[in-house]
Formats: sequence, structure tokens, C-alpha cells
Amino acid sequence: MSVKSMPKWADVLLVPLLSLIIAFAISALVILAIGEDPVRAMQLMITGALGSTYGWGYTLYFTTNFLLTGLGVSIAFQAKLFNIGGEGQALIGGLGVALVCLYFPWPHWSLAILAAIAASALAGAAWAAIPAFLQAKRGSHIVITTIMFNFIAASVMNYLLSHVLRPPTSMDPATARFSDNVRLPRLHDILDVVGIEFSRSGPANIMLFVALLACVLGYILMSRTRLGFEIRAFGQSEAGAHYAGISGPKIIMIAMLISGALAGMMAVNSVMGGPQRLVMNAVEGAGFIGIAVALMGRSHPIGIIAPALLFGFLYQGGSELALETSIPREMIVVIQALVIMFTGALDNMVRMPLESLFSMLRRRA
Amino acid sequence: MVATVTNGGAAASAAPAIELRGISKAFGPVQANKDIHIQVQKGTIHGIVGENGAGKSTMMSILYGFYKADSGEILIDGKPTTISDSLDAISAGIGMVFQHFKLVENFSVLENVILGAEGGELLKPSLNKARKLLTRLADEYELNVDPDALVEDLSVGHQQRVEILKALYREANILILDEPTGVLTPAEAGHLFRILRGLKEQGKTIILITHKLREIMDVTDEVSVMRRGEMVATVKTAETSPTQLAELMVGRKVLLDVHKPPAKPGKVVLEARNLKVVDKHGIERLRGIDLDIRAGEILGVAGVSGNGQSALLEVLAGMMPGTGTVSMNGEPLDLSLRHDNARTRREDSIGHVHEDRHRCGLILDFMAWENIAFGYHYAPEYQKNRMLMDNHAIVEDTKGKFERFDVRPPNPMLTAESFSGGNQQKIVLAREIERNPDLLLVGQPTRGVDIGAIEFIHKRLIELRDEGKAILLVSVELDEILSMSDRILVMFDGRIMGERDPEKTNAQELGLLMAGMTGDTA
Repeated sequence: MSVKSMPKWADVLLVPLLSLIIAFAISALVILAIGEDPVRAMQLMITGALGSTYGWGYTLYFTTNFLLTGLGVSIAFQAKLFNIGGEGQALIGGLGVALVCLYFPWPHWSLAILAAIAASALAGAAWAAIPAFLQAKRGSHIVITTIMFNFIAASVMNYLLSHVLRPPTSMDPATARFSDNVRLPRLHDILDVVGIEFSRSGPANIMLFVALLACVLGYILMSRTRLGFEIRAFGQSEAGAHYAGISGPKIIMIAMLISGALAGMMAVNSVMGGPQRLVMNAVEGAGFIGIAVALMGRSHPIGIIAPALLFGFLYQGGSELALETSIPREMIVVIQALVIMFTGALDNMVRMPLESLFSMLRRRA
Repeated sequence: MVATVTNGGAAASAAPAIELRGISKAFGPVQANKDIHIQVQKGTIHGIVGENGAGKSTMMSILYGFYKADSGEILIDGKPTTISDSLDAISAGIGMVFQHFKLVENFSVLENVILGAEGGELLKPSLNKARKLLTRLADEYELNVDPDALVEDLSVGHQQRVEILKALYREANILILDEPTGVLTPAEAGHLFRILRGLKEQGKTIILITHKLREIMDVTDEVSVMRRGEMVATVKTAETSPTQLAELMVGRKVLLDVHKPPAKPGKVVLEARNLKVVDKHGIERLRGIDLDIRAGEILGVAGVSGNGQSALLEVLAGMMPGTGTVSMNGEPLDLSLRHDNARTRREDSIGHVHEDRHRCGLILDFMAWENIAFGYHYAPEYQKNRMLMDNHAIVEDTKGKFERFDVRPPNPMLTAESFSGGNQQKIVLAREIERNPDLLLVGQPTRGVDIGAIEFIHKRLIELRDEGKAILLVSVELDEILSMSDRILVMFDGRIMGERDPEKTNAQELGLLMAGMTGDTA
């Protein structure tokens, strides 16, 4: 008999919050150990990431990346498929964006963004389709194949950027700059319409809203549609899904295609919304952060919004920290890793004591 | 206390082998054991009966050191004993034979017997010691097992003997058996009881946990009844009756016999010819089955589990591929390996109550209303429009079904996991029966279900039959097969051994067929 001893709010809010506090506490100790002031570091991170519209412009830009990769991981995870390949799928998605932006003379950004979303989603989905097919038909474990496909994607992109897509006159392994017609409206441009001042230089752009919309659509998909029902049923019990006449291979394919498409779409933000050309390693680890975001958000399409924002804050606050102090950039990665470790991997460390605390309180009451 | 002295000198001098005083145990808000008092006399077979969730397993787990009691004390041979893990239990002389055996499949019998009690760095001495013991026990108690056979090659009955040998090797004086006959043929069960009686004569104490009242009456000296975490009575077996025990278990009068009007069989609904199934490990599960199921009858399939009944249900339900021909209402069924065949079968008016409701019949983490839609989530009345499901309509439908099937608690928002076994089964039955299928496949409908719910489930199945529907009932409970079926098929090793009329057969005859012996004179 399983006894649910914790109320839902404690499971959803208290556990991640406590994990986060522990992660920050240990980070503070590490910062102390290298002779810096953790309080000042925290202040710097907060003002750097959230203290100005400039900071927000970057924080939300990173958040957009994590929303899309996190949502992708979440939807695959609802089908109990651990898609670790978000990084590779996003890299190939970037290729889709670049091809669309470079080789068509777009008259207006609004057309270009639709085509870029479609192309990146298609490219990401195609990259996820091969591991998905191997899992569905051959039983090759999706974790292994998607990891392998990350490396393949990185190598393919290196080759293409240094040999095929690089303009002949350039020394830089990157594509040419996209035309100004495909420049996405940034938050500055959008908020200007309603009369709100926002920094011109923050790269957060219209893709933020696309990503939030994707989260809402993801929520509707999972909770209101037959497909979502089947994905969740398959994820909870493969044998049960089989009993209900739900085709396992079909669900594996569909869930992975959606997951890869979302990861691929992230490139619209990081390529079209960012440097406006495809550079080497355009994804910058967002595919992996997506796993942490999904874990923290319990794979819930709305639940991942807060962790995506948290990691946006860590990314932006971290780079400010590297600018203002002698804390090295690597230190930021350590902090991020601690947060991932405590919120994702060491979840039970906080959960189990909390559960016994709650059952003790209940017995006393 | 004083009253027991009248039994004579022996009883007065010997303290009970086990005594529990005031044992209580709670899991969160659930009180699994409430102030349990029990005395098990030395050298007796003591039965413990109770419905699922009555607290039998919790009590035994406390005795074996898996759980720690919140209060109360345990006395072994009159001495207060603390049992905080299974090693304590073993050193106190307690041995346990679990319902699900804890054997290493690819170890030999000898290796399994000494596992965890090797008694040194080298295996040879203890292997020799165990071999001697095995030979001795084989003679004394008919406990014969080949010491060098691999456990995976043994029959279930023999595997169980290995469990008993393990306990005896550890010098257990008190042997606890949890539902030992669930997986045995009647003949194997008879053999087990002879072993137990032999052990009793040697002065061992045996605790037998079961829900089969017939076995209790056959083999025990005393029996204790548990209900909702409490010990409601301990009586001498000779002075009680199955009816009285059932009443004590449920707390009200129970009809043990099924009352059903005679069947009115109609046209053939499902016809199978030369049906064969090979599972994905390449093992032939069905070796050519021919059967007809008619409207308005219950066709019972008896057999020891693992003789092809599961494959029969699953191939008919579209979950396994097979060869041969099967037609439903005259239309041939697709027996190929298509992953959504199970859905097509539902459209062909075949309902399926899977024998394993935890693994297949329900999604335990889904809420009850989601489980009601499960498998029928394409039903038009559950859709809001072409894109979206109408969750509200499903919840309302669930409320109605819960009322008609008396599911408790009647809350569609609880996860399936939080219902008792009987109520979980009612959820599955409500879903499948109310689709009004022409053929209902039913596997082990009352496994792990309490007596009150069994009565209800049997009644609903007979009602469905009387509406002119066909039912294929697979069960390892012979009593259930005998009382529910209009015709009985017995399966052994993937074949049908014979057909019997329930009015003209009995458990002994079926038992022989189940063991693969044809009694057919024809």
C-alpha cells in the first residue's frame, strides 16, 4: 500500500524551493572558499539579471531557450522517453533556420519567422526521428542513441560551418549575417507599442511569446487531447497502453517528433533572435539545461516556466558575476551544476525527510 | 489465561510459540493493525484468515522484522523478543515462505538453500551439510527436490518446497506460509498439507495465511480471523464452519454459493479453430485450441496458472499475435501483430477484464475517471469536438458508473491506486460491462478481491450473461469456475484437456485434468 504522506503544494513548491536553498548555500560556501563575498556575489547576480531592463532582456532571452528545450524534454518524458538529445536537435534546428534565412529573400520578418519555425521544427524532429525509430522498431535505448546523436550533430555542424556555409572571404566558421528583413522584433520594439520603456540591447524577442504559447498548447495537448492521453498512458504503463490498444511504436515516434521539433524551434530564438547568423555551438548547452528545467518542473508544460526563468537568471546573473568579480566563469557553471544536482538528481534527499516530517505532523494532529 | 490450564498438563507448562500483545501499526492515516492479541500454541497449525487489507500481511511483516510496530510486544516461547530485522526473526526460529518466492532462478536448489547462511568463506562445507539435510528431510516429510537442479527448471510446487527447505536449514521452529496454495494444483496443495502435518508432528509450529476457507477447515487446529486491522476471533477449527468464518471476516452474512438461473445458450458468438500462439521468447503458449462460445453462457476455463490461459485471453483480446482462425459474430478477427488490435477488438464488441488489473487493467497513477476512459478514449460521447476530449463528460459518466457498481469511495478524482482491490476491480468491470460487449473476456475476476466484492462481481457477471452476452471466464479458483460456469474447459500445457459439465464434475476430476492426466474414457 502506498501512502501519499505529503500534500501536493509541498511536493510542487516546497521540495524544489528547499533544494534550491541548499544549492545556493553550498555555492555560497564555494565562493567563500575562493575568497569572495557570497552576499555581494548574490547582489551582483540579482542586479545583473533582474535589476535593469537590460538585464531582463538577456534573462528572458535565455529563458526562451530553456522554455522550448525544457518543454521538449517534458513531452518526451511524459511518454517515459528520456530525450537527452535536445542539444543535437537544437543544433540541427539551427541549420534549418540558417537555410531559410540565408537563401530566401524574405520581404518581412513575420513571414520569415513562420518559415524559420517550420524549418527548425522539421529539422529538429528529423534529427529526433532516427533515435525514435531505432527505439520503436529495434528497442535501441533512446538515452544512448540521443547522446550519440548529439555528437554527430555537433560534428556535422562543425563541418558545414567551416566548409560549406562559411562565406569564402571569412575566417570565422559561421554563416554570413542574415538580411535586416529577418530581424525579429525585440521586447524593446514590442513594449514600445504599449508605451513601456525597455532596453534596446537585450536580445529577448518575440520568440518568448511563441515559447509561452507553446507551453500552453503543450498543456492542452497533454491534458485535453486523445493523443496526450495516450502519451501519458504509455508513459505510466507500457503494458497498460498495450491492453488499451494504444500502439507503443506510434506513441514513441510521435512523442519524440514533438520533442525534437520543440528543441529545434529553440534555434529560432538563439540564431535569428540572437547573433543573426549561425555560429559554432549556437545552442550553448541549452539542450542540457532543458533536462534540468523539465526535472524541476515535474515535466509539466506550465510547471517548467518557473525553472526556465530561474536558469535564465542563473545564466545572465552568472555572466555579470564573471564581469564584475574575480569569480571565474567556470564558477558559474559550478553553481548551475549544483542547482541541477539538487533539484534534479538529489530530489529524494529533500523529499524523504520532508515526507517523514509531514507524516509525523499528521500523526500528532 | 486461567481457562487454558484446563486443557491438561502439557498446555500449562508450554508457553505459546508466538504471542503478540497489543500490536498496533499505522501507515499515515491508515491503521493497518489495531491492538492485535494472538497466541499460537506450540506444535499446532494455526490459520489466519481475513479479507485483503484486513492486516494479515502487516502483522506477519512485523513478526518477520520488515516493519516496526508502533506499540505492543512480541513473545517467542514466552520470552519478550525484539525483532527489528529478518536476521532477528531467523535467530528467533521464525521462517517465512512468501507468496512470491524469493529464490535466485539460475542457482541450484542447494545454492539457494545456503544463500545468506553460508557460514564461512568456503561454500563446500555448508553445501555438504545442506545436501545431508535435504536427503534426510526428503525421507521424513516427502520434501523431495533434486538438490542440483536449477530453480528455474523446477515446477512451482517444487520451488515452494525449496522455500520451506531454506527455512528448515536455518533451524526454523515456526514456519509462516503466506497464501501458499495460490499457485498450486489441488494435488500439489494436498502434498503441501501432508508436509505441513509431518512438520507439525515433529513439534514445529505453523502459521498458515490464506483466504481459502476450505483449506483452513482441512488442515488447521485453530484459526484467527482478522477484519479491518483487528483480530476479531480465535476459534478451534473443529468448532467452527466456513459460513461462520466468512461472516466473521466480512462482519455480515455472506452467500458463499452463487445462485444463478439455468443458462439459455444462443448462437455461437466466437469461434476459434486451431488457435496457436507463440510468445516473443519463442515458447509455444497455445498448441491448437478449438472452442465455441455462445451467447448467454459462461464458458469457464480452469487450469493451473501458466498453462496457456493468459495467452488465450490475450490473443482473443488482440494483445498477442496468433495463428489459426477466430471469428467473432461471423467476422474473422485479425490475429497479426498489430499494435492497436486491442482497440479494434473493442470496436468488434469484445470487452476484456485483464487478469492483472495493476499492470494492464488500470493505470494506477491515473485518476479514476481517466481509467474509466482508458481504452475507450475514442468513444464519441467522451469527445468535446474533433480536437479535444470532454473531460467533464467522462467525470460525470464515472460518477454514474461508481454509483451503479457501488465503488467506494465514489470519488472520480482519486488515483486508481488509492482504491482497495475490490473497488479497483469494480472500476474495471464498470468500464467493460457497461460497454455492453457481445463477448466479455474475464481473467481472474476475484483475485485479491474481498468477499463482499466477490459476491457483487459474480452477480454482475451472471446478469450480463442473462442479457444474452457471452462470457469467457478464466480463473485459477476452482470453486469459482465450478459455481459460475455453464460449461468448463480444462487447460494444460497450451491444450484443452477436456470439457466438463459443472453439474456432473467435481474438484478432484478437474484437478486431474489440470495436472495433464486425461480421465477421458471416450
